[in-house]
Amino acid sequence: MAGNDKDGKTISNTVQAAVDRFGASQDELIPIMNEVNRELGFLPSEALDEISHQLRVPRSRLFSVASFYAMLSTKPRGKHVIQFCESAPCHVAGGREVWQAVMDHLNIKENETTSDGNWTLLTTSCLGICSVGPVMVVDDDIYGNVDPAQVPAILDKYR
Amino acid sequence: MKYYRSHVLVCVDPSCLKKGAHDVMDALQDELVAQGLIDEVQVLETSRIGGCDDGPELMVYPEGVHYSSLTPDDMAYLVEEHFLKGRVAQKFVTEEKSFIDEELSAPTSKEIRVVLRNCGKIDPENIEDYLAEDGYQALGKVLTELSPEQVIDEVLRSGLRGRGGAGFPTGKKWQFARSSKGSPKYVICNADEGDPGAFMNRRVIEGDPHAVIEGMIIAAYAIGASQGYVYCRAEYPIAVKTLRIAIEQARNLGLLGKNILGSDFSFDLEVRMGAGAFVCGEETALMASIEGQRGEPRPRPPFPAVKGLFGKPSNINNVETYANIPQIIFRGADWYASMGTEKSKGTKTFALAGDVRHTGLIEIPFGLTLREIVYDVGGGIKDDKKFKAIQTGGPMGGCLPEAYLDLPVDYEALTQAGSMMGSGGLVIMDEETCMVDIARFFMDFTQDESCGKCTPCRVGTRRLLEILERICNGKGEIQDLDTLEQLCSEIKQDSLCGLGQGAPTPVISTLKHFRDEYIEHIVNKRCPAKVCKALIRYEIIDGVCTGCTVCARNCPVNAISGERRTTHVIDPEVCIRCGICMQVCNFNAIEIN
Repeated sequence: MAGNDKDGKTISNTVQAAVDRFGASQDELIPIMNEVNRELGFLPSEALDEISHQLRVPRSRLFSVASFYAMLSTKPRGKHVIQFCESAPCHVAGGREVWQAVMDHLNIKENETTSDGNWTLLTTSCLGICSVGPVMVVDDDIYGNVDPAQVPAILDKYR
Repeated sequence: MKYYRSHVLVCVDPSCLKKGAHDVMDALQDELVAQGLIDEVQVLETSRIGGCDDGPELMVYPEGVHYSSLTPDDMAYLVEEHFLKGRVAQKFVTEEKSFIDEELSAPTSKEIRVVLRNCGKIDPENIEDYLAEDGYQALGKVLTELSPEQVIDEVLRSGLRGRGGAGFPTGKKWQFARSSKGSPKYVICNADEGDPGAFMNRRVIEGDPHAVIEGMIIAAYAIGASQGYVYCRAEYPIAVKTLRIAIEQARNLGLLGKNILGSDFSFDLEVRMGAGAFVCGEETALMASIEGQRGEPRPRPPFPAVKGLFGKPSNINNVETYANIPQIIFRGADWYASMGTEKSKGTKTFALAGDVRHTGLIEIPFGLTLREIVYDVGGGIKDDKKFKAIQTGGPMGGCLPEAYLDLPVDYEALTQAGSMMGSGGLVIMDEETCMVDIARFFMDFTQDESCGKCTPCRVGTRRLLEILERICNGKGEIQDLDTLEQLCSEIKQDSLCGLGQGAPTPVISTLKHFRDEYIEHIVNKRCPAKVCKALIRYEIIDGVCTGCTVCARNCPVNAISGERRTTHVIDPEVCIRCGICMQVCNFNAIEIN
């Protein structure tokens, strides 16, 4: 799983790099957390400790921010993250069937991670590429005009 | 200044250079000298005129002829034909490659492009492209000719209203921020375009970022701000990248930073990214998020103009509002106010989505009817199906039925009809859409995105969703309709911000216009559009089924039985209504009842 192989030093290095990049100021909190979340796949407890220490912000505030924003996660995520657009244009363009096909194929539901740690399934709000809906994003790759039959082939690329 | 009758632009992008663009250029110059035309024809270097696939290539103006696949040896012929004899040298002409833009096609006759005018036409990562389209001319005019009050007056006279959805007069907002005491002041651009299906702002930032930046600089001058922020949602990584490049380029040309264009006005700009929270599109929540807090709204007043970002006076407009500003200053308030209706001036961008033939972005003057938008601009309903409803205003907007198709689109008309302008998402639904399911769907969205701060929104939307789910599952009771209506009116009245106040609109509007459908679900346990799974049955038509067994082999739950070459049967108790049998049947033998 992403993050498990990161020892304490790497986590603190990652936090340090983010703080250096944006500056140790409280109003840079969200950019810093975004960056760390991106680098490590989630926000491990040690990372929050380090950010708290560096920015002189209490941990409770970090948790309140981390739990508010959908893109910040305090739980580990799978090796690959699927984000499925749950917005109306994708929904009416057949997104519901594709969503079902993804759940069936991986045998998990929303916000769950497969037991082998390979996949985490999330929904995302509108990505603004509605003209090619239904849309799903695997890691950083965007797939548009997806139909249920294509799902296994798309996911197989990441095995 | 010297005048030339013709200008030749030679592409000198790396790939054309590799193919010998400079040799072609030298040969062209030599040939123009030899044929005595060098004083009449100017040769210039340029980039990106045709994609370089068939380089070296050049454009001749004013004719706008594009020649490609050229060699130095061709120049004698080309100069003689084109510049001496005045004929187009057909053998080097290439048609401009038409590429398909799925989001933004060529404007239809009913459209006017103001905000989208440069999108898809200029290179957003090259500020010179924007400058060539009169970019930053308005800023120059503002800094040299107009006082801040005159700028505000011009914006007031244009009739521009907030394009984020609420429609507050932009000039008035600027007036408040200007007259507000406190320093520093901030200018903020709301690029947290979260409404599902609305991607106009993303496209403007990705296609014409400098229009937004120029609009913000002008706003800053008008209200007296020295620092600005663009708050862009994290779901738009390309927009963020494009903006950052554009800001850097503007800074390098002295259009941002200290003493802009040599004046004593200074202003700089920073991009802030969200982290996935719909409510951050609400202005007070957005400012909390820039400050590094949870993006929770707070009550207004005080309005941002008085107490905004970091407690200082702030002006906040959305992307489209700012993108209109340079054109209003450059072409004049009268020009802008000549478009639109009495109270809604100018143009508005919309994103057409759903069951319409041409989905994508459009920009129309206010006052066009919904019918014109759906049929003339959007090309009508896909697969010639019947129109059922149009949802305007995003997840806080309402669904309007066919009877409203002749409604002229402006802020007041849509509100009166029980919907709203919103930021500009238009979802068109055909006869196969279940309106109860749509209401449930939107409520699922809003209850998920409710920030949880105030009770009517946090708890109320959850209760609404539970009732709607019950109805969709065939377990609704007729008194649910009264409960829905009462809950809706309470949530609308008592919620803290626009999200909660608007959350019941999809339910209110579908209850008003499609009440029959609710009643069908509740009383007859039927879903007329055949969408709600608990209320439909897949059945195999006797006589059409050939007994090929394809459905039975593909059914994930083995709900289909039958001998080869005899009509198969679906067991409704086992069937999960996934619809796979219908997709795989080659004989259209499966129907939904």
